[in-house]
Amino acid sequence: MIRARGVEKRYGRRRALRPLDLDVDPGGFLVVTGANGSGKTTLLRLLAGLAAPTGGRLDVDTERGRLGYLGHEPLLYRDLTALENLDLFGRLYRVPERRERIGMLLERYGLWDVRGERLASYSRGMTQRLALCRALLHEPELLVLDEPFTALDVEGAELLDRQLTELAGTSTVVLTTHDPARVEPLASGLLALA
Amino acid sequence: MSYFADVAALARKDLRLELRARDTLPAMMLFVLSTLVVFHFALPTGADEVAAQGLLWVALVFTALLGLARAWAPEREGGALEGLVLAPSDRSAIWLGKTAAVFVFLVLIELVALPAFAVFFSPIQAEGVLGVLLANVGICAVGTLLAAMAAASRTRELILPLLFLPLAIPLVVGGVGASVSTDPGRYLLFLGLYDAVFAILCWASFEYVVSE
Repeated sequence: MIRARGVEKRYGRRRALRPLDLDVDPGGFLVVTGANGSGKTTLLRLLAGLAAPTGGRLDVDTERGRLGYLGHEPLLYRDLTALENLDLFGRLYRVPERRERIGMLLERYGLWDVRGERLASYSRGMTQRLALCRALLHEPELLVLDEPFTALDVEGAELLDRQLTELAGTSTVVLTTHDPARVEPLASGLLALA
Repeated sequence: MSYFADVAALARKDLRLELRARDTLPAMMLFVLSTLVVFHFALPTGADEVAAQGLLWVALVFTALLGLARAWAPEREGGALEGLVLAPSDRSAIWLGKTAAVFVFLVLIELVALPAFAVFFSPIQAEGVLGVLLANVGICAVGTLLAAMAAASRTRELILPLLFLPLAIPLVVGGVGASVSTDPGRYLLFLGLYDAVFAILCWASFEYVVSE
């Protein structure tokens, strides 16, 4: 599913990601760890196609519409409601039975009662839950999650644990975290960036 | 048809955001009206109509610039543009949806600005109105692309006018010509040609603006 050979990223003279080799099979679950500034976010942006490598070769064997990405920002509109945001992205991703899928995700992530409120009024944790809903909306075959547990409360983190357990083995998951022990039982590989 | 469904969904989103936040339209409306008032007092009594028509176009272009500067603001906040870029839809649909929304904003502004101009100066003929509509297409097509390019920069307030105003000069020439010339057809044709060429160029190049 993912094959990288000597992939690196530079912004001018600053190196954001040291050259690395990487293989992730379909259904694999890769956990990426590393100190701040080691290039975890850069690697995930490369995998998502949001940035281009400046060296090496990177092959990600999935279509753009089959990739789910959760970044540091929610990639949502602050002045739209949860429902309007997911409806827009559901249309663009051509999600079949969109309304049912959106309703199911909002219920699952505890946002159904606030579905009509603007994102701007959400707490950081609620925003992260909605961003997860957006990333999962189209049932991606490759899920790229950048520190997904950030800002989630205990209940939210447990919901995500359950979601990842369900996805493990069926979808390919690449996830960065500062707490690898949390997802270790699901992991098929561990990449420590220096 | 799914391409145009995407464009419609994206344009609807922009109109909804503006109806809700009212960030852009009121500012554009106040700007164009206050500019026309200033021009009314600045232009000497008895000044010819050609000068007044020129001032109308100055007001329209700078009002459009005000709207264009805010066009991508909702996408900047929260990184929503990356969310759109990741979607499987054709990326030019993002540009076309935004262009359509900015076009609607401009038309709404002109529904007030043109009658106000008629009150302060002189009524506008049908050719002039057609010129305004054709120029809108060019302003929105080019301006939306340039605003997307500028949005990625920290100095976007400076870069957008620097890029946009030189490219708007042909539109002003065509628009004023259509309003005051005895042969407006020539100028309307010129505006139509400008619209077609630049709309195609912008449509085709947007992909590269949002790709690293």
